[in-house]
Amino acid sequence: MSTFSIIFAGFGGQGTQSMGKILAYAAMLEGKEVSWCPSYGPEMRGGTSNVHVIISDEGIGSPVITKDATCVVALNKPSLDKFAHTVADGGALVINSDLAELEEGQAKAGTRVFNIPANKIATDAFGGSKLANLVMLGAVVYATSPIKVESIDDAFTHVFEGGKAKFIPDNKKAFELGFNCAKELDK
Amino acid sequence: MAKVLMKGNEAVGKAAIEAGCRYFFGYPITPQSEVPEYLSSELPKVGGTFVQAESEVAAINMVYGAAAAGARVLTSSSSPGVALKQEGIGYISNASLPAVIINMMRGGPGLGTIQPGQADYNMAVKGGSNGDYHNVVLAPASVQEAVDMVMEAFDIADMYGTPVIVLADGLIGQMMEPVEFNYVRREGIPEKTWALTGKGKGERHNIKNLVIDPDDCEAWNHEHFEVYERILANEEAWEDYLMEDAEYAFVSYGTASRVVRTAIGYLRAEGYKVGMIRPKTLWPFPQKAFDKWNGQVKKYLDVEMSMGQMVPDVAYACNDKNKVVFHGRTGGNVPTVDEVVAFAKEIMGGDK
Repeated sequence: MSTFSIIFAGFGGQGTQSMGKILAYAAMLEGKEVSWCPSYGPEMRGGTSNVHVIISDEGIGSPVITKDATCVVALNKPSLDKFAHTVADGGALVINSDLAELEEGQAKAGTRVFNIPANKIATDAFGGSKLANLVMLGAVVYATSPIKVESIDDAFTHVFEGGKAKFIPDNKKAFELGFNCAKELDK
Repeated sequence: MAKVLMKGNEAVGKAAIEAGCRYFFGYPITPQSEVPEYLSSELPKVGGTFVQAESEVAAINMVYGAAAAGARVLTSSSSPGVALKQEGIGYISNASLPAVIINMMRGGPGLGTIQPGQADYNMAVKGGSNGDYHNVVLAPASVQEAVDMVMEAFDIADMYGTPVIVLADGLIGQMMEPVEFNYVRREGIPEKTWALTGKGKGERHNIKNLVIDPDDCEAWNHEHFEVYERILANEEAWEDYLMEDAEYAFVSYGTASRVVRTAIGYLRAEGYKVGMIRPKTLWPFPQKAFDKWNGQVKKYLDVEMSMGQMVPDVAYACNDKNKVVFHGRTGGNVPTVDEVVAFAKEIMGGDK
C-alpha cells in the first residue's frame, strides 16, 4: 500500500486550495482514498493559506499532516519556513523559486528539492502569474507521482464544469510546463 | 451514485435533503456557515423551505414548530450557537418530537475560537437544557460518516420521537473527502399520527410542554425513560480498530480518533499491541464495546479535543477509573500524531 501526504502552502489568493482540490479529484477518480483538509479562518485573508491532501490505498487517519509529508509545496517564503521541516526522509520540497529561496540547512539531508520559477514560467506562457499554481502542481506530480499523469485531465473536466471548460487548455498547458520543468531539473 | 468530492458542511446539507428533510432553520456561524449557505440554494429546488432566522433561539423554536407539524427538520450551528439552542432542544425533547441538530464544534467556552474542538461533549451528551432527558448523539469521524449519520439521525429521531444531535467539528465541516449518498430508510418507523396538520374532520391533536401536576409530570418522565431504555438496547454503535490482540486501547471519537488511528500505525510498527474503541454513538455510550474488551485491556487511553469530558463515561463503562488515562488538546488545537505516540509510550512503558 502507498500513502502520499502533501502540504500545499502559500498566500491566500495564490491558488493553494484549488491546486490541492484538482489533485484530490484526480486521485478520487482513480479510486483512491482522499482527504483535502484546509486551514480556515482569518488567516485566509492575505495571510498564509494551506491545504493538506492525503491520497492512499487504504483508510486515511489524521487528515492533518504534522510529520513525514511526502511532499511540501511552498508558494512563498513564510510557507517554506513553516513547513520545510515536515518533509519525510527522502521526500520532496517543491518551491516557487520566484518567491522563496531555501536557506542553507533548511531542508533535511536527502530531501529532493525542486526550485521551480513558477511565476516566470506562467508569465512567459500566459502573460501573467495566475497559473503559477498549476505550474507548481505539474512539478509536484512529476516529483512524487501521487497520481497517473493522465488522471489530471479527468480532474480538470470535473473541476472546470460547464462555462468554466474554456479554462482547461491553459491549465493543462501550465501543468505540463511545470511537469517538464521538474523533469529537466531532475536530470 | 458515483463518489463526489465534497466539503463536510455541504455534504451534510445534501445528506439531509436525501433523507427527506425539507425544512431548515438556522443562523450562520463559522465553521459551519456552508451548511445554511448550501441549503439556502438547494432546499428551494426540491420544494423545501430555508429560513435564516433572526437568532439561534428563534431558529430552534421554528424547528420545534416544524417538528410538531410532522416535518423532517434540521438546524445546524457551531458551539456557541448550539449553546443558545439548548432551551429549545429541551422543549423538543419534552414534547417527544423528532428533530436533527448538527453541531460543527469549535473551541470554547463562550465565543472561544473558530478552530475545531470537542468540548461540547458534556453539553450534547449530558444535556445542556433543564430536566431529565437525553439526546441521541452521533459522532462522525469522516465526511462520509457525517453524511451517513445525518441520514440515520432523521430515522432515529422519527423512530423514537427524540432530538438527535450529530456532533462533528469544524475540521469535518471544512474538509473535503469523497462521498456517496445511499439513503435507505429504516424499517419500522412509525407514522406521525400525532402531527399537528389541521384538525379538519379528524381527531384533535395536542402537543404540549407544561405538565403541571407532579404525578403526571413524573409519569411523563417515566415514559421518556422507557424510550431511552429501548435506545440504549438498540442504538449503541462503535468501531473496534485493531482490538483483537490489543492490551492497550485508545478511546477517541471524531477528528481526534483520526489522529489516533495514524498514531496507532506508528506504535504498531514498533510492536505495541494497541488498538482503539471508537464510539460512533456518544449517547448511548457504547457499553457493549467495553464489556467485550475489558478483560484483555490494561489501560484505556482517552484522547479528545477537550480537557477530558468523556473520561467519566469511559471510567463508568470499564468499571475501573484507575484504568483510564487522558491526553487532550483544547481551545481549537488538534493533537499531533507525535504527541499521541509520546503519550501512549509514556503509559505503556516498554510493554509490548
